[in-house]
Amino acid sequence: MKNIIVIILMLFVSIHINAQQTPADTQKEAVTIEGATAHIGNGEVIENSVIIFENGKITAVAKQGSVTPKGKVIKAIGKHVYPGFIAPNSTLGLVEIGAVRASNDEEEIGSFNPHIRSIIAYNAESKIVESMRPNGVLMSQITPRGGRISGTSSIVQLDAWNWEDATIKGDDGIHLNWPSTFTRGRWWLGEDPGYKANKKYAEQISKLDEFFVNAVANNSDAATIQNLPYHAMKGLFNGKQTLFVHVDTEKGILDAIRFASKHKVNKMVIVGGSEAYKVAKTLKENNIGVLVNRTHSLPDFEDEDYDQPYKNAKLLVDAGVLVALQNSGDMERANARNLPFQAGTVAAHGLDKEKAVQLITGNAAKILGVADQVGTLAVGKDATLFISEGDALDMRTNLLSEAFIQGRAISLESHQTKLWKRYSKKYSK
Amino acid sequence: MKKILLSLAVFWGGYLANAQEYFPKNDGVHTVNSNYTVLKNAVVHTTPGKKIKKGTVVIHKGKITAVGTSVTIPKNSVVIDVEGKHIYPSFIDVYTSFGIEKPKGKGGSPFGGNPQYGASREGYYWNDHIRPETNALASFKYDNKKAKELLGQGFGVVNTHVPDGIARGTGLLVALNNEAKESERLLSDRSAQFFSFEKSKKSRQLYPTSLMGSIALLRQMYHDVSWYESGNAATKDLALEALNRNKSLPQIFEAGSRINTFRADKVGDQFNIQYVLVGGGDEYARIANVKATNATYVLPLNFPDAYDVSDPYQAGLVSLGDMRHWNQAPTNPAVLKKNGVPFSLSTIKLKKANSFLAKVKKAIQYGLDKETALAALTTVPAKILGRTKDLGEIKTGAYANFLITSGELFADDNIIYENWVQGKKHTVKEMGIKDISGIYDLAIEGTTYNLDISGKSEAPKVAVKSGEITLGSKITYKEGWVSILFTDKDAAISKYTRLIAAVTPDKNITGKAILPDGTETTFTARFKEAKKKEKETKKKDKKETPEIVDVSYPNIAYGNESLPKQEDILFKNATVWTNEAEGVLSTTDVLIKGGKIVAIGKNLSPRGAKVIDATGKHLTSGIIDEHSHIAAAAINEAGHNSSAEVTIEDVVSPDDIDIYRNLAGGVTSIQILHGSANPIGGRSAILKLKWGESAEHLIYDKTPKFIKFALGENVKQSNWPSYSRFPQTRMGVEQLYMDYFTRAKEYDQLKKSGKPYRRDDEMETLAEILNGERFISCHSYVQSEINMLMKVAEKFDFRVNTFTHILEGYKVADKMAAHGVGGSTFSDWWAYKYEVNDAIPYNAAIMHNQGVTVAINSDDAEMSRRLNQEAAKSVKYGGVSEEDAWKFVTLNPAKLLHIDDRVGSIKVGKDADVVLWSDHPLSIYTKAEKTIIEGKVYFDIEKDIQKRKDIKAEKNKLIAMMLKAKNKGLKTQPAKKKEKQHFECETLESVHQ
Repeated sequence: MKNIIVIILMLFVSIHINAQQTPADTQKEAVTIEGATAHIGNGEVIENSVIIFENGKITAVAKQGSVTPKGKVIKAIGKHVYPGFIAPNSTLGLVEIGAVRASNDEEEIGSFNPHIRSIIAYNAESKIVESMRPNGVLMSQITPRGGRISGTSSIVQLDAWNWEDATIKGDDGIHLNWPSTFTRGRWWLGEDPGYKANKKYAEQISKLDEFFVNAVANNSDAATIQNLPYHAMKGLFNGKQTLFVHVDTEKGILDAIRFASKHKVNKMVIVGGSEAYKVAKTLKENNIGVLVNRTHSLPDFEDEDYDQPYKNAKLLVDAGVLVALQNSGDMERANARNLPFQAGTVAAHGLDKEKAVQLITGNAAKILGVADQVGTLAVGKDATLFISEGDALDMRTNLLSEAFIQGRAISLESHQTKLWKRYSKKYSK
Repeated sequence: MKKILLSLAVFWGGYLANAQEYFPKNDGVHTVNSNYTVLKNAVVHTTPGKKIKKGTVVIHKGKITAVGTSVTIPKNSVVIDVEGKHIYPSFIDVYTSFGIEKPKGKGGSPFGGNPQYGASREGYYWNDHIRPETNALASFKYDNKKAKELLGQGFGVVNTHVPDGIARGTGLLVALNNEAKESERLLSDRSAQFFSFEKSKKSRQLYPTSLMGSIALLRQMYHDVSWYESGNAATKDLALEALNRNKSLPQIFEAGSRINTFRADKVGDQFNIQYVLVGGGDEYARIANVKATNATYVLPLNFPDAYDVSDPYQAGLVSLGDMRHWNQAPTNPAVLKKNGVPFSLSTIKLKKANSFLAKVKKAIQYGLDKETALAALTTVPAKILGRTKDLGEIKTGAYANFLITSGELFADDNIIYENWVQGKKHTVKEMGIKDISGIYDLAIEGTTYNLDISGKSEAPKVAVKSGEITLGSKITYKEGWVSILFTDKDAAISKYTRLIAAVTPDKNITGKAILPDGTETTFTARFKEAKKKEKETKKKDKKETPEIVDVSYPNIAYGNESLPKQEDILFKNATVWTNEAEGVLSTTDVLIKGGKIVAIGKNLSPRGAKVIDATGKHLTSGIIDEHSHIAAAAINEAGHNSSAEVTIEDVVSPDDIDIYRNLAGGVTSIQILHGSANPIGGRSAILKLKWGESAEHLIYDKTPKFIKFALGENVKQSNWPSYSRFPQTRMGVEQLYMDYFTRAKEYDQLKKSGKPYRRDDEMETLAEILNGERFISCHSYVQSEINMLMKVAEKFDFRVNTFTHILEGYKVADKMAAHGVGGSTFSDWWAYKYEVNDAIPYNAAIMHNQGVTVAINSDDAEMSRRLNQEAAKSVKYGGVSEEDAWKFVTLNPAKLLHIDDRVGSIKVGKDADVVLWSDHPLSIYTKAEKTIIEGKVYFDIEKDIQKRKDIKAEKNKLIAMMLKAKNKGLKTQPAKKKEKQHFECETLESVHQ
């Protein structure tokens, strides 16, 4: 047994010459991956594929034989190539250790914080960030938490010296926590601890209304004295930013849609949407995408199907809604690396496997508004992709041999692999 | 005041009515009433099921001196003829806090700031929540207003107490005699002893913080009282003395819910005490267990109002279980009766006492017979209180506590006229009101009207007609006077004629009339004919028994209509993961019979078993979760740094939907561990997930004994502001263990020496560890502390059984292997707190490679239903073989839990706890199709689909019923979703018990 481990270790070491944690250098030489099964990220698969990328961009994706390999050739027969997985709505790099307050930068005080920008607190050198890469998660939307309007997110790739270099799209969207349709009794004050209708729901929406109309008014005159929160809302009305509405209930979603349309918000996305499947038709008609709640979660209600969270994404896909997965919740940062297995779980509960791949690649890129750069294996897009020994949605075969971000061959080492090697070596003596 | 009351209590004796005879009197002459009161010609219901027609009741000095048809009436009698009326014994409520102000707490979390660990009182028990010395009399103040309300509902006597604390002291038995003094109406100042699981509001002493802590505290209290009783204690303990003094009284336990009545009864059984159990009104859903307590129950009648489900979005909040409870709760008393469980009915939990009779009638409408209802209000409570001689019946020698009613007590149109308590009359409604209904010719100043009086005699209705025109009219009838008001023919004009007359025995009514212009004159209403009564048909309509939906086990969504039966099954052509030397066998048959695996091989013959084609499917032994917190009502007893005396077995919750969800993930056995709030936690419960069974049937037979220990940040309370409890560092944790084990060793030696010793449940548990009878599963993270605990164990010559979490196990895997401890870890959790900074997903692989028995656990209700995926991660992280990875969630946890002789592999002779998977069990794409425990199918993916449909249909039906109730104008409550707390190790407080 020990011998096997040593062999595995040697394999690892021989493949990864890059220094751990050090961001990879700019792509200098063209790379060709030959013979792999290419999962394009749009539902298609090319067996025996050839993928070529140069200067950080993909220049060819085709059946083997139809294009000539270029530069460094990686033989990947029997292996699988995927576009880098994308983790939307995450707090990667904003918190290092959950219980250590000093390492926590995810939530600002106040209610209306569109001017709060996650990107400047993003720690590109987080140990958690580097642990994403060995599982194929190569990009993420870094999102602040808390308040009614949490702030502004940005989209990053996960191999960078600093937040500036990491940015794929800065300030992509504003995150609104829709008022809850239900509230929980405060049992510690002697109230019934259950959930009841939120009596302040209408009042909370009207406060939001007020904020939005003031933001529009404030932005319509360049001469107005700057009000940072109002000013930060500008992108929602000129099409440059997306409004991400975090909302779960059927009623809340319908109200949020009416709200966004009333305020002429250009593009909106539902985040969470536990009950989105119940209003799938409306979502489709309004062309609204959903970043659906964590697949690996418990049903919200005792009476619900045990597999409700497993199949939510599928129900939306079936109804023609654009869906991607996200993983916010308990221990969301460390667990973001399990995103591929969440996609796999959706496939286990009825979704076609390639469509499941889309949930964390092409669909995510579309919803986040970065589909022109990333999300699928397509000519002209960033060469952010990886090679896996097998099916990357299954734990047993999600084994990365190479990964590239913008054409750069990144390290698959981490704090965790270092410790693994260190102690394996201790015991092999 | 206190002193006066106490001395009164001392004087209480046989002299009730004359208690003040010997008191000096300075405001007049001594008056003694020695007359008799006689009620005759009544239907006397002496006791449930027995009645005397034309009966006479003789009362003297507050008591009944004779009852019957031919009794001698003393000459000095005041005789009252109650012809046609009924007399019933008045009611007794054995569980109230009448006249006691409810103690209020200071609020706030008991964990905040510097929690109080010690007791506030001196000379009493070490725990402030044990207050058996409380005498309710000290805080009693007779409540006239409340008494009137209760009298109106038929109560004559109530038992009251201070509802505060776990041992609550003694209660008072009080007659609701508003005109009397305490000396007369206090029937007992030590009527019963009361208990509950709830802490006292008067103290902020932290322990116990959980239901299981309350249970353990009760047990220890009983151990201590017998130690104290035998004279072994060196110090004075007024609480234990009181407890001893109270032991011959009735013992009443307010459990508050069905499942808590079982928990209380179990404590009682251990100490040979049969509590009277105050239930929750939900007993009907597991009636066999209720019966098995052999207890008399006190039932609340707080039947829930229908949920307001008119808004479909809000309706979605209400679970099937809650909807059912609305529908089924009123059957509760009837179900107990049907199953022969004795019970009394109480006003407990009713927001308004004056809705009590209506609730009793509802219970009758839902199937309770009237005789049992009466007994539950009279003879049963009298028996509970040991007062059958003088309460609960109408008989010679008993208190003259009775009701005079218009008719049969629980009839819809019955009226309680009078409630006599201790021979004193309390009028509820005037009796002997003349019925003036009828049709009259009303003549005023030459004008004739048609006057029609109808309805109840005490509240009549009126219609006045002038020719064919009906006039607006109103009638008032009270205290022997009737007044009528009616309008002019022209309704547009505000002109009124007013009539007023005294009602006399004459059939006609004559009196004064005041005409619209103010003229005063006389009127005569000449009686023409009587009114016809039209009640009969209406009554029948009302009595219709409502539709009651079926109870399931448990009584929530996905419950079983009946418990699954053991089946003999032959799985044909499966890929079988044996976990034995045979490894994974392809195209193999497995036969299960009588709950056991009986054959594994090719082409087995069914021998009468049901054949399941498993071609292309995988058969494995069931998943075992070494570290779970589902199906429990409490997880952490955080009140002390050691809580070895508590056990999760006391708080297993068999009705948790997470059991079903775990089954759907292929899980068949779990260990519910205590949390990690303290270095020495509580004992475990090891369960088979037999969905639908009651708690004691979930726990393994001859269950191995385990206890949770914990190390690191949680036990030193690093992550919340608490700075007063030892230990605050890892250094202190070691010494805490040294201290406890040293003491346990001394305890065990003393016990084994045969000398007298004070039984201490905490020390007993720790001694079991020293003696190798109980195993430790220790929550652990960093290598230093892991190493430390192994060294402590070695010093005391035992071995740690399992390190759970053990995220830095890989750093000391060689030492672990040498010590012989297993590791039960997370697949890939880390970074949530400082001590898991070095947690790596390769941990399982490294420990496994070093020869440690490795399991992957969940500590999480969600992850536990995907443990196959978590095991599969060991293939990715560290290259563990698939067969070994599979053992991480089956055979290895079985070994760690010492249940591998029964479960954990597919081997002839082992329990038939197996799972049929649609695919390779470690594949992300697989689903559990059938989960079987001891040959019983507890989860079946096809039946699950049917259940979903059934749930929808049943909810729809119940929603329609609730909408109907709302439309009928019945009260509703807002739709709501019950709180469901998901526990993990760090959950500090148990569910709001």
